[in-house]
Amino acid sequence: MDFPVLSIITFTPIVAGMVILCLPAHRKREIRILALVAATIALLLSAWAYFTFGQAQGDYRFEEQYAWIPALGISYHVGVNGISMPLVLLTGIVIFTGVLISWNIDDRPREFFAFLFVLATGVFGVFVALDLFHLFFFYEIAVFPMFLLIAIWGWKVTREYAAMKLTLYLFIGSVIALVGALAMYFMSGLNTFDLLALEQAGFSTAFQRFWFPFVFFGFAVLGGIFPFHNWSPDGHVAAPTAVSMFHAGVLMKLGAFAALRVGIMLLPEGAQFWSPLIIILATINVVYGASIAMVQSDFKYVIGFSSVSHMGLVMLGFATLNKDGLTGAGLQMFSHGVMTALFFAVVGMVYDRAHTREIPKLGGFAKVMPLVAVGFIVGGLVSMGMPGFSGFVAEFPIFMGLWQKQPVAALIAVVGIVITAAYVMRIVRQVFFGKMPEAFEGKVGGVTTFDKIALVLLSGIMISIGVMPSLMAPMVETGTEIILRLVGGV
Amino acid sequence: MPILEFTPSMLLAILSEMGLLVLAGIILLVDAIGRQGSRRNLGWLTASGLAAILIAMFIWGKPEASEGLVLGGMLRHDWPAFTFKILLLFAAAVTALLSTGMKPFGDRGEFFALLVVTVMGMNLMVSAADLIMLYLAIETTSIPLYVLAGFLKGDDKSTESGLKYFLFGAIASAVMLYGFSLIYGFSGETNLYALAAGVQAQQLSPWLMGGMALLVIVGFGFKISAAPFHFWAPDVYEGAPTPITAYISTASKAAGFAVLVRVMLAVFPAIQAYWAAILTAMAVVTMTLGNLLALAQKNIKRLLAYSSIAHAGYILIGVVAVNPPPLGTASMLLYLIAYVVTNLAAFAVVVLFARSTGSDEIEDYAGLSRRSPGLALSLLVALLSLAGMPPFAGFIAKVYIFAAAVQSGLIWLAFVGVINAIIGLYYYLTILKVVYLYRSDDEDRRIAIPGAHAVALVGCIAAVLIIGIISGPWLDWTLQAVSSWF
Amino acid sequence: MNFILDNLLSLILWIPALTAIVILLLPRTKVKLIRWVAFLGSLLPLALSLVLWFQYDAAQAGFQFMQRMVWYEAVNASYFLGVDGISVTMVLLTTLLTPAAVLISWSIKENVRSYMVLFMLLETGMLGVFMALDLMLFFVFWEVGLVPMYFLINQWGSGNRDYASIKFLIYTMAGSLGLLLAIQLIGVASGTFDLLQIMEQWPALSEPLTLLGLPISLSIETVKVIAFWAFVIAFAIKVPVWPFHTWLPDAHTEAPTAGSMILAGVLLKLGAYGFLRLVLPLYPEQAQTYAGVLGLLAVLAIIMGALSSWGQKDFKRLVAYSSVNHMGFVILGIAAYAYAGTTLAADDAVIALNGAVLQMFNHGLSAAGMFLLVGVIYERTHTRDLDAFGGLFPLAPVYGGILLFTSMASLGLPGLNGFVSEFMVVRGAWPIFTLYTALAMIGLLITGAYIVKAIRLVLHGPMNERWQGQHLEINRREVFSIAPLMVLMLWIGVWPAWIVKVINQTVLRWFG
Repeated sequence: MDFPVLSIITFTPIVAGMVILCLPAHRKREIRILALVAATIALLLSAWAYFTFGQAQGDYRFEEQYAWIPALGISYHVGVNGISMPLVLLTGIVIFTGVLISWNIDDRPREFFAFLFVLATGVFGVFVALDLFHLFFFYEIAVFPMFLLIAIWGWKVTREYAAMKLTLYLFIGSVIALVGALAMYFMSGLNTFDLLALEQAGFSTAFQRFWFPFVFFGFAVLGGIFPFHNWSPDGHVAAPTAVSMFHAGVLMKLGAFAALRVGIMLLPEGAQFWSPLIIILATINVVYGASIAMVQSDFKYVIGFSSVSHMGLVMLGFATLNKDGLTGAGLQMFSHGVMTALFFAVVGMVYDRAHTREIPKLGGFAKVMPLVAVGFIVGGLVSMGMPGFSGFVAEFPIFMGLWQKQPVAALIAVVGIVITAAYVMRIVRQVFFGKMPEAFEGKVGGVTTFDKIALVLLSGIMISIGVMPSLMAPMVETGTEIILRLVGGV
Repeated sequence: MPILEFTPSMLLAILSEMGLLVLAGIILLVDAIGRQGSRRNLGWLTASGLAAILIAMFIWGKPEASEGLVLGGMLRHDWPAFTFKILLLFAAAVTALLSTGMKPFGDRGEFFALLVVTVMGMNLMVSAADLIMLYLAIETTSIPLYVLAGFLKGDDKSTESGLKYFLFGAIASAVMLYGFSLIYGFSGETNLYALAAGVQAQQLSPWLMGGMALLVIVGFGFKISAAPFHFWAPDVYEGAPTPITAYISTASKAAGFAVLVRVMLAVFPAIQAYWAAILTAMAVVTMTLGNLLALAQKNIKRLLAYSSIAHAGYILIGVVAVNPPPLGTASMLLYLIAYVVTNLAAFAVVVLFARSTGSDEIEDYAGLSRRSPGLALSLLVALLSLAGMPPFAGFIAKVYIFAAAVQSGLIWLAFVGVINAIIGLYYYLTILKVVYLYRSDDEDRRIAIPGAHAVALVGCIAAVLIIGIISGPWLDWTLQAVSSWF
Repeated sequence: MNFILDNLLSLILWIPALTAIVILLLPRTKVKLIRWVAFLGSLLPLALSLVLWFQYDAAQAGFQFMQRMVWYEAVNASYFLGVDGISVTMVLLTTLLTPAAVLISWSIKENVRSYMVLFMLLETGMLGVFMALDLMLFFVFWEVGLVPMYFLINQWGSGNRDYASIKFLIYTMAGSLGLLLAIQLIGVASGTFDLLQIMEQWPALSEPLTLLGLPISLSIETVKVIAFWAFVIAFAIKVPVWPFHTWLPDAHTEAPTAGSMILAGVLLKLGAYGFLRLVLPLYPEQAQTYAGVLGLLAVLAIIMGALSSWGQKDFKRLVAYSSVNHMGFVILGIAAYAYAGTTLAADDAVIALNGAVLQMFNHGLSAAGMFLLVGVIYERTHTRDLDAFGGLFPLAPVYGGILLFTSMASLGLPGLNGFVSEFMVVRGAWPIFTLYTALAMIGLLITGAYIVKAIRLVLHGPMNERWQGQHLEINRREVFSIAPLMVLMLWIGVWPAWIVKVINQTVLRWFG
């Protein structure tokens, strides 16, 4: 592959961010347009890579490799497989829609977009990483802009607390995982951080069992696994809309992906050993997250906890370590990313108009913004795993895989789906169809064209994949096969 | 290790020291004969002089391959010494730039002359191969530093700072000197590289050797402000003129580490386990204490003081992870490089902020991102680098330090470091929160950034980024440099 | 023409969905246009399913018009359609009722576009269930129908719609979760979702699942019993079988008229269809074991449904409970067959099953008709309270005639359709479940009682002065809407052979 598409995707945002920083602060319009252009480039390139993925050969497509720190065997090594490619596309989608939604940010938009783009580069960098050090490098880059984005542009009431909590949680997780990664590096004796080489290192069983929890759970913190999920709802709620979208939509996948890429793929025997524990925790995630979402009165908290619940399904899929479960988890990462981005976009649109997120105080928004209501309903149907939407396509294989691994967990986790249906319907009824409080009557307006584009794009993707799983499932399967070769499953 | 016969080319080993002496003379001369206007540019003069020496070092001063001690066995001109010298010159140059035009010391010739003398002392420290030379170098460094710390004569805090630094320093020196004398007494040697053999020939009990090592460590521990010898640091840092604080917290610490590692490796290889255990305990206590105390600070200089104590702890991890060489010491060296440029960048912001507002209180930093987005961004880069976030130098440095710990089997120590890194992140973020989040009444009052400061700041930030992103060559350099220690 | 015949099922299935998309693109304010597009969009599938009906060769074995495409390769699920005599009847019923329901929805005034879109999607969902030959596809359509129905009730329903719609949704979803898990279990065990293959493999499966690599240490019998009950409960909720029926009166009562028509006319059939298509072929042994329980529940549904219906004061609620009552006969027929299908009484069982399928069709006609008529009167009087009516016959003679006709069909008057199917069920079940059938006959008596009660309170007796001079007569559009249903009621009542033949051939081949 001659055209370094992955590098360009990775660095487009940060370069744009730097250029934006150099613009004068009052040229807000130029700043926004530049941001939109950069986001569009990233989206188009990742879409291009996605759709030409099938033509490339090998386990990892679009590979590039340059020496970075030769003394330690560290290289800049990128490439995507069937699991990471959809996530790259997801990031492109979320950054694009995020910029659209944030068009009207008025407080220091220059810094806002610059930080957002630094975040995007970090995320892209992790998804395409084929080098352990490279992965950590970008992983940490993705973590810290979050702090500022939430602290500065977040919800006034909780932003300081939430930003700090989130950053510290994620940092703890990642540095603990880092120690595990260093242990792997030295244990392998290969003098390389290359993931593909480390996969073949053949670590001893005892080593794998000892280090797996550090690495897996270190990353899974960002994936929101119980009991380390605590940062996530607070963070989601406090963050400004675009950041919540990014945060729940992409960042949580980052944790899950890294846990898979480093934890499961490098330490497969450790994964086999610990998978019962992961299943237990992830099942708690699913049911507990949904239950807590049910009793929240803050719109955004409901969505925040729903993410916890859905990421539990991803973890469940990982823990099955079989073809169905892993494929489902791969699909669920994408599906949940798009879905939750849509959710948070909707929450943001409602909040911008109502200035409250208390569900009982809202009502009747379907009348003033019907498209937003439809968007939310589509998202809701995805989240309850309704057939015909991407959520079903993802959750079905996860449960299939779970049956083969641990039927009892399947029976328990499925309860989460009923609860999900209940809380989604509760919001739909109250917020969109309930009676509009008099305070809002005639005072709330519709949404902008940009908002509409974002909503239609996100819902369209979920429906397309729901109706035609072949758009994504075969690709994810190729990624799953790579994992299965390492894990030794079927 | 052989003591080489004198040849004129040996003088290149003290190229920087000679250059610095000349520079100090020029500064005093300009100060004496120059007019008021030219004095204002003394900082520029000093900085460019230091830069010139730095360049000259690169051209002529590189150590040769031959192993051996030069100038009668007083010095060892090796790669670690060279690396440290470059680092020290850089730090001093930045300090000079930061001092330019600062009231009331920015146009005082003696200030810059003293500064240059300390650099010279430190340069000798890092290459000293003889106990006598070492002690003299340390004192050459310390005495001007005491003066510099107390330079603001009208200011009580600065005076207190100078006095405190002097008292603590004197005691530490005395203890260290006692240790030196014991070593000499038992071995009859003053040359570091001959000592080891001499001590071993005496078949001394490890306890006695350990006691000697401990006494020496007291002296160096003071220099690197490692717990429990750190008490002076916060008060001195707070009271000293801010550029000097920056200098003490970076250059002085780097030089301290250089001698610590050289002496430990050269003199006490036999009791490595013993001193490694002491230093390990010190590392744990230092970083934990530094970080925990930093949490409560309201003054940014004090906070950076405690943070620099904590960083000494991290660096000690690199020292104790000495086996298997060379990753541990290399990571220590790289960490020092990263730490020096990062901390200087942070202090540059502090200097600039105090220059316009007269305040070092963290709460006064509110609204900085609106007053001066560039300064705020610089502070962001510096603090995140200190916290160990990529793509900044601090991240690479922490990764290597932890890698070294893991490699030498000190996984628990790596975890202690990790937990400390998290505490560190917390208080750095607290500052950034004030900078970016809080509003203040004088947001529309710009903060002036003079040219000298701008050069210093940009230079440091650029270094932070370059080391952080293109880290390959730097690691190669440090790995290669420290190999001559073994 | 070949294209149409080759893709007949797909066309029938997707034309409503396409219509929904077209409607979505129309401007919101063009209400009239939207209505007509929707109406035409529902007539087209009707025309095609008439083609299907006539092209369908009853004598030929197996499924016909099969279509198969790769759909979700990762889990081995495919887009696999096909019909037999039972499903072709149901397809016809669905496509017939939808235009009628669309026509009656002219009275919907607000948000017509969304309404019609949902209605069209609902039709696709229902048709898909009847056509699917892939277990996963079956589930997909099973769930797809749920959402439009929820919103139809929730948005266009009457007073208590919030409660009713959420109850409907939660009940049905809870039921389908068990179904989902059981389907996955079967899918994992058989490695495919192809219904034809599963029908061959699954009932014969006897080695423990652990041999198949599943960590399920239960015996295969236990697993099958659990999966059986998961299926049964899911379908029983939908039918609904007593005591899972409590969502039904609420949902039916609160739904808009067209929604009630489809709900009673088609949606309830999905449950019964599930019994026929999945439970009986996949779990013959378990079905036989538990047929007695099912029969008892059916009888309870018949009697309790009738009694509840009798006790209602709300016209619509009365009709709603009558559905419980009538669907009880369907279940009774199925239970009778399940019990005796393989025994000496197989002939009787087949008759009962034939009756059950025909009853599904018939109830679809009459229940839809009844709800339509309730809707007509409600629109004019804005009340459903039976006591508020009275003596309306003179005010609305045509309406009164149609109501009489339809309720007689519902009651089971000989000569109309209801009689034929109920007779067949009773005839077939008598030798098998004599006691149950006898009890069911009592239920039949009560059926007569409540229908007569309704007619008396609405049409006869002293005229309620409130309605004097008001225009209550049914209009032409509404007549058009119900006329085809009445024709079929009469036709099947007089000459049922044309439809029984199709059903019977399939039943015989499948089960005989």
